Amino acid sequence: MKLELIVLAIIVIFVAAFAYISATGNHEWGGSDDQSEGVISDLTGGTYQPWFHSIWEPPSGEIESLLFALQAAIGSIIIGYFLGYYRAMAKMKAAKAADEPEGKPNARPAR
Amino acid sequence: MHIMEGFLPHPWWEIWFALSLPVVAYGIYRMNLIIKERRETLPLLAVSGAFIFVLSSLKMPSVTGSCSHPTGTGMGAILFGPWITSVLSMIVLIYQALFLAHGGLTTLGANTFSMGIAGPMVGYLVYKSSMKSGLNLYIAVFLAAMLADLATYLVTSLQLALAFPAATGGVLASFKAFLAIFAITQAPLAVVEGAVTALMFKYFIQLRGDVLVKLNVASAGVIQKLKEASL
Repeated sequence: MKLELIVLAIIVIFVAAFAYISATGNHEWGGSDDQSEGVISDLTGGTYQPWFHSIWEPPSGEIESLLFALQAAIGSIIIGYFLGYYRAMAKMKAAKAADEPEGKPNARPAR
Repeated sequence: MHIMEGFLPHPWWEIWFALSLPVVAYGIYRMNLIIKERRETLPLLAVSGAFIFVLSSLKMPSVTGSCSHPTGTGMGAILFGPWITSVLSMIVLIYQALFLAHGGLTTLGANTFSMGIAGPMVGYLVYKSSMKSGLNLYIAVFLAAMLADLATYLVTSLQLALAFPAATGGVLASFKAFLAIFAITQAPLAVVEGAVTALMFKYFIQLRGDVLVKLNVASAGVIQKLKEASL
């Protein structure tokens, strides 16, 4: 459990920092890529024009967040599926070892 | 955050393609070998790809009042090395360029180089050298994933600086300007990514420590010790 607590603490600090900054300052919370666009415009004196545009753009912010959510969901399903598969395999292996008395004595279920 | 579509002028976008494509091609070759010969590692390959997929979809607010997303490439780099991770990253970058107008097809070479090659390479080297110096595995994973994330945006800043040198101060001045945006936004996210990746490795070790041994991530002795300690 120790590692979980450390990771949780780091996430809590991260969220607290966000809460503090969003409450005290006036920020746009824009993407760092949009900000770099501003820097490029400063560096070139506003002369640089992107020479190619995305062949398709999500028609609205809603649809964009749908696609981002979809991306996260697909990834999460794959991670959850395989960790669950591994866990069940480990349990089955341990159960099998427990059935055979001559099996390895130190084989115990994961967690 | 990746370099946007059309924002790398000639000849830079070609140069980064030329540097990335051979690495990705070699990565595809290595990936085929793994798929054919070490089928027991495939679930971890899928998880590594999925981890990049999830993490690069999460645009998170940072202490700078702007947003960016982690890369998730450290896990793949530690498990399968930077070559294969470059392929996984390119797949994610193509998805985002096609469907999200995030990154771009003309900047795909540069973005693959920063996120799929430079970052994972740094992560891999950090992990291997940390393990060699006897660091705890979770700390090694944390450092590797965090620095892979940071290195990605260091390289992104450099790529933009090379393409857009400042009138006074040249490449170095604009490198600083881009770094101020990318690196500072990224630093807290990189710490969180490192911590979450370390936690994932705890579960890998508990569930399939044997596969990690086969992938040369750690020796059987180290894995056994961590299993028993169940930190």
